[in-house]
Amino acid sequence: MDWINIIVQGILIGGLYALFAAGLSLIFGVMRLVNIAHGDLIVLAAFLGLTVTASIGIHPLTALLIVVPIMAMVGYALQYLLLNRTMGDDILPPLLVTFGLSVIIQNALLEVYSADPQKLQSGPLETASISIGSINIGVLPLLMFVVAIAVIGGLQWLFYKTAIGRAFRATSDNADIAQLMGLNKAHVFGLAMALSLSVVAIAGIFLGMRTAFDPASGPARLIFGFEAVIIGGLGNLWGTLIGGVILGVAQGIGAKINPGWQLLAGHCAFLLVLAIRPKGLFPRVEH
Amino acid sequence: MPMLNTQGLTGHYGDFQALFGLDITVGKNESVSLIGANGAGKTTTMRAIAGLLSSPAHMIQWKEQSIGNLRADQVAKLGIAMVPEGRQLFPSLSVEENLKIGAQSARSGPWKLNSVYELFPMLTEHRHKPSTSLSGGQQQMVAIGRALMSNPEIILFDEISLGLAPIVIKQIYTALPEIVRDGTSALIVEQDIKKALQYTDRFYCLSEGRVTLNGDSANADQHDIVQAYFGN
Amino acid sequence: MSVTVTRRSNASTIFLIVALLAVVLFVAAPWWAGRAELRLFGEFFLYLGLACLWNLLAGYAGLVSVGQQAYVGFGGYLLFALAIHFNVHPLLIVPVIALLGAAISVPVGLLVFRLHGAYFAIGTWVVAEVFRLSAAQITILGGGSGTSLPVSVVKSIAQSRSDRESYVYWAALFLVLLIVSISFAFLRSRQGLALTAIRDNEQAAESLGINISRTKFLVYVLTAALTAALGALIFLQKLRISPDAAFNVNDWTAFVIFIVVIGGIGTLEGPIIGTLLFFLLRESLADLGTFYLMILGVVAIVIMIRAPRGIWGFISNKFGIELFPITRRVL
Repeated sequence: MDWINIIVQGILIGGLYALFAAGLSLIFGVMRLVNIAHGDLIVLAAFLGLTVTASIGIHPLTALLIVVPIMAMVGYALQYLLLNRTMGDDILPPLLVTFGLSVIIQNALLEVYSADPQKLQSGPLETASISIGSINIGVLPLLMFVVAIAVIGGLQWLFYKTAIGRAFRATSDNADIAQLMGLNKAHVFGLAMALSLSVVAIAGIFLGMRTAFDPASGPARLIFGFEAVIIGGLGNLWGTLIGGVILGVAQGIGAKINPGWQLLAGHCAFLLVLAIRPKGLFPRVEH
Repeated sequence: MPMLNTQGLTGHYGDFQALFGLDITVGKNESVSLIGANGAGKTTTMRAIAGLLSSPAHMIQWKEQSIGNLRADQVAKLGIAMVPEGRQLFPSLSVEENLKIGAQSARSGPWKLNSVYELFPMLTEHRHKPSTSLSGGQQQMVAIGRALMSNPEIILFDEISLGLAPIVIKQIYTALPEIVRDGTSALIVEQDIKKALQYTDRFYCLSEGRVTLNGDSANADQHDIVQAYFGN
Repeated sequence: MSVTVTRRSNASTIFLIVALLAVVLFVAAPWWAGRAELRLFGEFFLYLGLACLWNLLAGYAGLVSVGQQAYVGFGGYLLFALAIHFNVHPLLIVPVIALLGAAISVPVGLLVFRLHGAYFAIGTWVVAEVFRLSAAQITILGGGSGTSLPVSVVKSIAQSRSDRESYVYWAALFLVLLIVSISFAFLRSRQGLALTAIRDNEQAAESLGINISRTKFLVYVLTAALTAALGALIFLQKLRISPDAAFNVNDWTAFVIFIVVIGGIGTLEGPIIGTLLFFLLRESLADLGTFYLMILGVVAIVIMIRAPRGIWGFISNKFGIELFPITRRVL
């Protein structure tokens, strides 16, 4: 029974990892950009949530209404003013610029919020649980998982059923020709980053509700998100959910065997997938 | 009154100069062809007009407005559409989505999904298929349809018939009068000089980035063109 | 008419003379410099070594790794493990560590080479994390809190502290000279030229008939070996190791990336200028703490956008100077 419990918890935490991964996968899909500062932006969103909840005394979930638009605007501005200047055939500039950004964000957070671990207080939601047989399922992890499904479903719909999604795909296919059709590449990329950071905002708030975080927590979130993307298969949004679940379950099993092995087991699962299926378990099929 | 004209248009790719002061005019309702050997600067001219290649503002005039420095998306919104060489459809979009992307610049006019399907009926049955599954000729129809969807006032056709089967070329040229009616102009790059002269009102012959000959297509002299083609 | 082709120039000849003088001066440093300066010089050389290697990897082979701390920590830990368990002079172990670094980098490379571009970068980071977490599991080396080098081992380097520090210093100086020479020789070789070519033009390199992916792999293994050797010396200087210090992404990768980007990526001169500037900035701004790091981040971003070839790229472009004669010119 213990083991079933561990697997269920692992699956649910996988939802959070999928949220880390979805934003990363999205901007890679649209503009082949890998944002090294992705994890730090997640932590930035969590700290924003902390400031919002502390200053106006609202629930972290309500704070989403403020944090999501702020992060979306940050994303648009970041892309439009900075990252668009680095886009091109050379992969070095965007990589190094987002790496620099990562260091700047970490140290700015350290300066403003200190190195103390923080947590977003979500009241009764933290301890609420439902029992199915002998398995206890926390309401918060369950909510996280449901939100992850909703976010990925929403992104999927947006990508394949709306005009903006069409613009994303067209720009991703061929930015020059998309520009000929009246799509401003700089604007489309800005929107993609805004969308990515909206997802980052959701991920950050849930991260803060679930675990303690500090200014140095970012890189590990980037790595979890990245592992989920690769395990699931590049360019496949639903794949990120499966990747997140596999990562969560592997970590749970590792922790059960030896507490020191939690993260190690997750990384090993990733390396194993890389070794046997380098394109991930569910690579995108061109249609 | 000229709709579009270039004034001493120059074009560079890095250190390489491709155009040396081109003066080209396209009037309202007029179809004009650009002919010339490979590397003469035809595609560069098209790219410069469409905004894919930035030029000093005054070098390209659109209805007496300087547009040389505008981005391609801004140029598209003015009513200048381009059918790029090699179709260049969006592979991850279906046929219909490719057409819808063409309407992105949100200009009003006669061209809608239905009218494009009327012009090229054979596209109707393929509308939900991936654009990559179509034949070259069908892809060219989608590319033309995609350009029409923006209800342009001028269409730039780069290599309109390159790599297409003769029967398809015929279909495309048959559709051309449909396309250039209602006050739409066309600037066409065509390898086949005979076709170019047959279907357009006027022509410009380019060689090594300069206009070497221009005039009415109907009165063009075969010998002069051959001379101009090779830059004499 | 006779045509002479040469790689040498006035600037490179002058540089060679100045560099030789500097080497003599630095070799003699234990006799003229104070203890603190010697330590600073040693640290300078170790960073210069890391910067040259990362530059070779990212600037020439296009392999942007953010996980080189894996090899720094690997070298450091291996030095501690071998020095504690085998009664050998620690400095004699360093070449062995380089070989073991090369050995471990082969399976690691086979894995991470399945990823491309930016994903390769994060993949290398994951490997470094695996190394760090694994090191924390080694209880005989102190687990998560690390360990100090036992006094007996420290004494085995040399009896007096000043001798000991001089030996480690000379080892660092020797190693960095070796790294610079290897980079220089490599870039002048056929494979090196091919690498420079892929940076500029993939097709041209293919037409040279050189197996690009094998050359890249070779560069990866070579830099891993030398990075491990540097790691061994870094922790021989510190005399204490812990997983967080050994596999620190900021210390061994972020700073190194800033050094190379600011100095000039893809040039041999860049890492030297970058390391000089980095130490100048550090000595004058380190009191600013977090602000110092933010400034470094901002400077790196501005340089990447405004002058992607860094300070040296800007200078050599403007004045046409090359200190390391690599490019052939017709006279």
